[in-house]
Amino acid sequence: MEHNVVIAGFGGQGVMLIGELLARAGMEEGKEVTWLPSYGPEQRGGTANCAVVVADEPIASPLLTEPQAAIVFNRQSFDKFEPVIEKGGLLVIDSTLIDRKASRADLDVVYIPATDIATELGNSKFTNMVLLGAYLGKVNPISIASVHGALSVFLTGKKAALIEVNKKALQAGVDFVNKK
Amino acid sequence: MSDKVLMKGAEALAEGAIQAGCRYYFGYPITPQNETPEYMSRRLPEVGGRFVQAESEVASINMVYGAACAGVRVMTSSSSPGISLMQEGISYISGSNVPCVVMNAMRGGPGLGNIAPAQADYFQAVKGGGNGDYKRIVLAPSSIQEGVDLFVDAFELADKYRMVVMVIVDGLIGQMMEPVEFKTRIDVSTLKTPEWATVGRHGRDHANIITSLTLDAAGLEQWNLKLQAKYAQVEQAESRIEEYQMDDADYAIIAYGTMARIAKTTVRVARDKGIKLGLLRPITVWPFPAKQMQAYVGKLKGTLTVELAYRQLFEDVQLTLCDKMPLGWYGRGGGVVPGPQEILAAFEEQFGKGR
Repeated sequence: MEHNVVIAGFGGQGVMLIGELLARAGMEEGKEVTWLPSYGPEQRGGTANCAVVVADEPIASPLLTEPQAAIVFNRQSFDKFEPVIEKGGLLVIDSTLIDRKASRADLDVVYIPATDIATELGNSKFTNMVLLGAYLGKVNPISIASVHGALSVFLTGKKAALIEVNKKALQAGVDFVNKK
Repeated sequence: MSDKVLMKGAEALAEGAIQAGCRYYFGYPITPQNETPEYMSRRLPEVGGRFVQAESEVASINMVYGAACAGVRVMTSSSSPGISLMQEGISYISGSNVPCVVMNAMRGGPGLGNIAPAQADYFQAVKGGGNGDYKRIVLAPSSIQEGVDLFVDAFELADKYRMVVMVIVDGLIGQMMEPVEFKTRIDVSTLKTPEWATVGRHGRDHANIITSLTLDAAGLEQWNLKLQAKYAQVEQAESRIEEYQMDDADYAIIAYGTMARIAKTTVRVARDKGIKLGLLRPITVWPFPAKQMQAYVGKLKGTLTVELAYRQLFEDVQLTLCDKMPLGWYGRGGGVVPGPQEILAAFEEQFGKGR
């Protein structure tokens, strides 16, 4: 079984971070994982993306030309990745920031006002966790508990105080998808 | 699982080199491998090593030359244009019969090109680059774990044969993260200073002199014959290949490094469609695993060589399999990386539906 996803948005939105969380959590579960960033001549404020694969078998290509899913944080990323998601795949969209609807009828699309939800939780910086939660509410490459475990690797020292609110943001994403 | 860590390729390879006993690194920054020298600058002082950021690639490789003459485990790394600048030094090191490791994170060319993954330095790595009749061992890992494991072999082979060993990767392997385990740690205190090293007389009646200069033609020919005998020995003993899904294969893709990894997915997709496709992946591109490939003559209906370059690897495949079977080729250049489906489409175009 292989799960793969492209996560894309502006640099600074925590796009790479949730990809790394996913990969690290997968590794802790004993799964095969790869994390591949876009690494062109990136610029501040420009778009960034990463491709994450979580699988039971050794992973052949870390490069995703037709990802099973995409989590998009901004309009540019939406426009770029909607056409390439595999048939019947999953698209998770931050509907606070993206006003356009998907044009493909075959996709499972989650419109989640992630930035609004994060702001209600105290800070729009948690948007990435809300979106990750929405993705994990739809597919289960790894358990939520493993993401919790991985959080403690990233948030240490003073930042450890942020673990609980990040968990809440993650759960808010899961709940949003499940109540539908 | 606890022994595995999630690391970026360029850093994991640097740690792999340190675990392999490398204590000296000289380099000059260039994307997409800057994380390697950055990591070395932090880690080497912790293990009693030395890191120097040189003023240029030419200086780097000559610092490597100097340290190699002292008989220590030393390396440099760079990316395509930087490696081009090092060719003179690589030739001198080869002509002087001293060991070192050079890593090339290949990027799109020619010239400055770009920083995307490429394999267009194959000829430079495998066939030459510098002047004179010399060879290097060239290792081409296709995953971070394999790269880490091969770094141990790289230093061992370099010391064993007193040769330059090149490790060729690309930005994709350098920038991605994968779980990696450091299985082998060389205890540097067990590494003996070779008796040829230029580290002082230590009571000997003569000083060691290392040079690549031999003015006498007959003498230089003898020196060349010695090198050639060594290269023949390496060709005999050190070629390696991975044979993936080859037991019942009708066709094989031939690819190395990143391209081979992507081609593995092509093999899986093709097999789902009923095409008996396998993969022959050279792990050493010099020595080229020719014998291992020739063993498939009479068994295969054809091969498709796939590379991020224009008919470079393909030339070695042609030399190896010449007219023994239909030889197809597909490649992309300039840093464009084809996906598994694109490779399959190329296969089907050249070999029909493969049945």
